[in-house]
Amino acid sequence: MATTKDPFEFQEFEEAESLLEENRDAITINMDDVNESQKQRPGMNEDQESLLSNDDKAELLSGPQKNAPFWSFDYYQKFFDVDTHQVRSRIIGSVMPWPGKNFIDVYIRRNPDLYGPFWICATLVFAIAISGNISNFLVHLGKPNYKYVPEFRKVTIAATAIYCYAWLVPLALWGLLLWRNNKVMNLVTYSFMEIVCVYGYSLAIYIPAVVLWIIPSDGLRWVTGLVALCLSGSVLLLTFWPAVRDDHLRVSIAVMSAIVGLNILLAVASKSFHIKTLTTLQQPYMKLA
Amino acid sequence: MAEADGSSRPFAGLSDVSISEDIPVEGDISMPPAGPSAQDDGFSTLDEPVRDTVLRDLRAVGNKFVHVLYPKQSKALLRDWDLWGPLLLCVTLALLLQGGSADSKEDGGPQFAEVFVVIWFGSVIITLNSKLLGGTISFFQSLCVLGYCIMPLTVAMVVCRVVLLGGSGPASFAVRLVVVCASFGWSTFASTAFLADSQPPNRKALVVYPVFLFYFVIGWMILTFSPSQ
Repeated sequence: MATTKDPFEFQEFEEAESLLEENRDAITINMDDVNESQKQRPGMNEDQESLLSNDDKAELLSGPQKNAPFWSFDYYQKFFDVDTHQVRSRIIGSVMPWPGKNFIDVYIRRNPDLYGPFWICATLVFAIAISGNISNFLVHLGKPNYKYVPEFRKVTIAATAIYCYAWLVPLALWGLLLWRNNKVMNLVTYSFMEIVCVYGYSLAIYIPAVVLWIIPSDGLRWVTGLVALCLSGSVLLLTFWPAVRDDHLRVSIAVMSAIVGLNILLAVASKSFHIKTLTTLQQPYMKLA
Repeated sequence: MAEADGSSRPFAGLSDVSISEDIPVEGDISMPPAGPSAQDDGFSTLDEPVRDTVLRDLRAVGNKFVHVLYPKQSKALLRDWDLWGPLLLCVTLALLLQGGSADSKEDGGPQFAEVFVVIWFGSVIITLNSKLLGGTISFFQSLCVLGYCIMPLTVAMVVCRVVLLGGSGPASFAVRLVVVCASFGWSTFASTAFLADSQPPNRKALVVYPVFLFYFVIGWMILTFSPSQ
């Protein structure tokens, strides 16, 4: 058959049946068979399926995925696929933790975004720097020879600290969870982006707290600090408890306390930007403004 | 043109393309110039005096300043973007924020490089953000708009410096606060007037918020400026 065909002429592909005629015993694979056989395989149970990591399954099941390399623009575009109301509901959900409602499950599942974490961190950086400057200024208000300097260095320090917390801690946590996953079967696994998302949104409660710290009252600062700490910490705890509860008790407790500990560290560090208030400084020559 | 007997050729009548002499043929066969294209400018602007070239660019920049002063939905700012205006404004603002405190040891204000970096880096980040969210504006157009809309804040800086010459008490602070707030609002309003249309409708707030933050930070730097004594 082929000898009469012109080699330069486009040759249509022959039907599968006509190809099979030549070799009836050739092994063929049908896509439906593959799916069915996977379901019927005896060893496949719930745990192993979830070991497949829910993200992989979702990626396979979802629409055409643009597998862009991570240095291209398109790769990051899929992390900005959120609308205004979605971001708003995520922020509200991060400041109102509900026992039983896992932040990632309810709000983020399948659509982690980078918009929220990045801009919440940026806002927090500037909020800390600005409110630190204002409270600094208010404390020294009335001192005759005080010259106010806007300490721009605070911005850079705050930026480094907050971005490290919001990006390096999720990296470490993700690595830790991955390592524990290899040793102990866990029902729930989170992708790196989802962890970054949780950490980013959990910082949202600190923004009003930091703004309230402008008011030079020690009691108010402690109260708002504690409230913000509790809310933020509980969001993180509720999110990560399902991921570590299947592990040895000691390991889970260690991970949880590390999360809370770092959160406390962040709160204390932010508060250090605000120096002591009027009541603790003895200023005999304070003039009322 | 080959002469052949008309009976053997099938389309004999159509080959007669001669024009009668009483219809004058005029016009120019050469390609018409494609508007104010670079090629045309290259020919005609090479010989013009330097002053004309500079004035033309200055006029374009000034035209855009006027557009920022009265922000209406106009395409001119977006279509003919240039970065001269933003550069001018950025350098002016950074120089004014320096004051005389460049040589004092306990200076905590932003250095020239810090202001420069904040403005340009901030503009780039905001542009990337709006592009990632699905905006249809191009990179340099967005930089151009954000840079030109710093103009009200630069004007506010000049006013603040003038007010500070008269003293730095609470009265001057109140005046400066009002001026900076007004110019910050004006900047944000002007830039959203230009940028709003290029964003998908359900993400407008997501794009406007970083712009708000950007001008807020610049306004803060202006407000907290204190000259050295």
